[in-house]
Amino acid sequence: MSILTIRGGRAGTHAARRRWWPGRAGHGFVAPYVVLLIAFGVVPTGYAIDFAFTDASGRFAGLSNFTAAAADFRFASAAAHVALYLLFWLVSLVVLVVGLALLLHNLAARGVGKALRFLYYLPGALAGAASVMVWLFMLDPTVSPAGFLLRALGLDTFGQVIAPGHLPFVLTAIAFWTGAGGWIVVMYGALNNISPELMEAARIDGAGPWQIARRVQIPLLRKWIVYMVILAFAVGAQLFVEPQLLSQASNGVAGRDYSLNQLSYDFAFQNNDLGTAAAVSVVLLVVTLAVAVVFVVKSGFFDAG
Amino acid sequence: MTVKVRADGARRSGKGRSRAALMALSGVLALSAVAACGGHDGGGARGGTTGAQGDFKQAPQSDGPLTIWVDATRLAAAKLYQKTHPTVKLNIVSYDGDADGSHYLQTKVSLFNRTRKGWPDVVFSTQNNETSWAVPAGFTAPLNKGLIAQSALSGWAHGAGDPCTVNGTLYCLRNDLAQTVLWYNDSLMKKWGYQVPATWEDYEALGKKVATEHPGYLVGSAGDNFTPEIYMWASKCGANQITGPKAVTVNTTSANCSRMATLLDTLVKNRTMSKSSVFSSDFDKNQAGKILMLPGPSWFGGALFEGTFKTPKGQVAVAPMPQWSGDPTPTVGNVGGGTWLLSAHSAHLKAATDFLTWVTTANDYQGQVAPGYPAYAPAAKVWLANQASSHYYANDIAAPLQAAAGQVWSGWGYGQFSQESIWAATVTPGMTGGKPIVSLLPAWQKAIVNYARSDGYQVKVGP
Repeated sequence: MSILTIRGGRAGTHAARRRWWPGRAGHGFVAPYVVLLIAFGVVPTGYAIDFAFTDASGRFAGLSNFTAAAADFRFASAAAHVALYLLFWLVSLVVLVVGLALLLHNLAARGVGKALRFLYYLPGALAGAASVMVWLFMLDPTVSPAGFLLRALGLDTFGQVIAPGHLPFVLTAIAFWTGAGGWIVVMYGALNNISPELMEAARIDGAGPWQIARRVQIPLLRKWIVYMVILAFAVGAQLFVEPQLLSQASNGVAGRDYSLNQLSYDFAFQNNDLGTAAAVSVVLLVVTLAVAVVFVVKSGFFDAG
Repeated sequence: MTVKVRADGARRSGKGRSRAALMALSGVLALSAVAACGGHDGGGARGGTTGAQGDFKQAPQSDGPLTIWVDATRLAAAKLYQKTHPTVKLNIVSYDGDADGSHYLQTKVSLFNRTRKGWPDVVFSTQNNETSWAVPAGFTAPLNKGLIAQSALSGWAHGAGDPCTVNGTLYCLRNDLAQTVLWYNDSLMKKWGYQVPATWEDYEALGKKVATEHPGYLVGSAGDNFTPEIYMWASKCGANQITGPKAVTVNTTSANCSRMATLLDTLVKNRTMSKSSVFSSDFDKNQAGKILMLPGPSWFGGALFEGTFKTPKGQVAVAPMPQWSGDPTPTVGNVGGGTWLLSAHSAHLKAATDFLTWVTTANDYQGQVAPGYPAYAPAAKVWLANQASSHYYANDIAAPLQAAAGQVWSGWGYGQFSQESIWAATVTPGMTGGKPIVSLLPAWQKAIVNYARSDGYQVKVGP
């Protein structure tokens, strides 16, 4: 057999392979991600669902773990805390992120945009717990560089700052500071994708910056805003690190079971009740998925164009 | 008592269950065969588990290294033991000591219970209530059923074993005590011509006097999560009387509770009682230099006055905790004091017991090095002598501390729920917001009842 025929043969099998498995290179690239997703995303979720429907000895328990979770004296207040927090956090996120991104886009022409984009992004680059630690200092009037502001509000001690009624504001401020910078950069990128001709046309038609923002930019950002809300809702519903660290820093004054995820953690590691802990996380999963579906359907998120 | 741990052997199919039953049966047969042969260990018996209390079966013994978990402070103890016992193979692991109720130990043990391996042989914990979960989880070995002689155990201060005792069986050894006393500034008391109060009534009267004569100075702090343990415990307030392994009586509205709450309210109102935690930065900055008196545990002297506040030498003195006038039985509270637990799964029971006995009783460590007041009375004597030789305190601290060591009120239980965090989350925010503590007692009771129930306790409310 000559070399040529061997080559010809190889080329033949290549072509054949391409015919029965088109796009295999793409699949190859995606495969590691899929494997990791299954190992660390899908399987644990399945495991948690299994736990949520079984009792301590591994027998099917129906909905008893769910009713146990709902009947716990902490559940309703934790759910209310998370709902209130989500309201504050999502509204502030949409209004401020879109507002700041538009402002940044306007400033970009003047050259300060780059520095600001970097500044906005910086807090998000800090690890979650580390950025909360920064806030623990910020919120203590005795050591905070912004202590004069807190004292002006009539808050002289750390205990007064983290009074239960203040927690939705405090947690929103922390979450905004740590999470919003990344979204501002994303929105800025989305604004850059709007064609200059469109903006130019609006300007020629006599639209001012406010009208351009309202009639051109924000409608074109809609999908990005929906995307941000879906992800922020999922992250916000899983509120854990901020209240947990606040609780530890305040020696328990900010309760240990403020959010649903903290409650789930308590069930698992304080009461040794993994079934009920899993039930709480399954409830969170279902609610988050349902909200995502509503947003996706209503906004036509996956529609082309 | 049921423990919600998914048993490792539990299978869902009937076939699996019968296999598990067969294995258990053969295990029992092997065990009885071993017993019949005169109790040689090994022999394939899968021992090492304790079900209910008392039926302790030791694991097959081996001579591998002894695994010891300690916090950063007790690392010195383990290292000193290694130095003085070079032939013992030690594997020292440093962990958070379950500080601030981190539940690290409980979480790990529940995982080890699933994997049926990995348990440390000896563990130090800063929490006094570890037995509340560790006994039902089968983690702790009973110590007074043959492992440690009763004669040795009688050396501990009266009541020191309370947190370790479940149904009459001792499941841990107390490392140090945290009995409360009255710390005060001797120089200021002398300068202003005040008498150290012996009763709570005198204490309150002095508080009122200080409010008018020396405003800004403090007679105590009610803003800490130790407040219930320092004041309510000393006043015999029955907030959590543990009556059985999973039974508790809660009564926070009794006269014993409200008399102390009223006293605190009066002094909070006239600003001689701080609303900040003694460990907060605002207390350190604004109030630490204004302490006239401060009821608190034995470790306040070294950790707080000498350590955090840097109070100069020769100022701080100790008096007995005030008592209610007319009360014939003096009682004090308690804030902490660590415990040592020995694993029921240990394959090195002899070495583990030796270490446990040494670390809790040896003068080399408890008398000379330990930062807290040793629970073992002979070591405490040496420790007190050591403290006296530092000449930091303005008076002789030995007598009041020794007396208080035996006066910790035994009606305050060591439940699974944390009294400190319940008080911190329910009473402290209200008090910070200006509500009287007396008005918050029913809310405190409700919270204790709720937490106790969610931890599986049978709760009785009221006297």
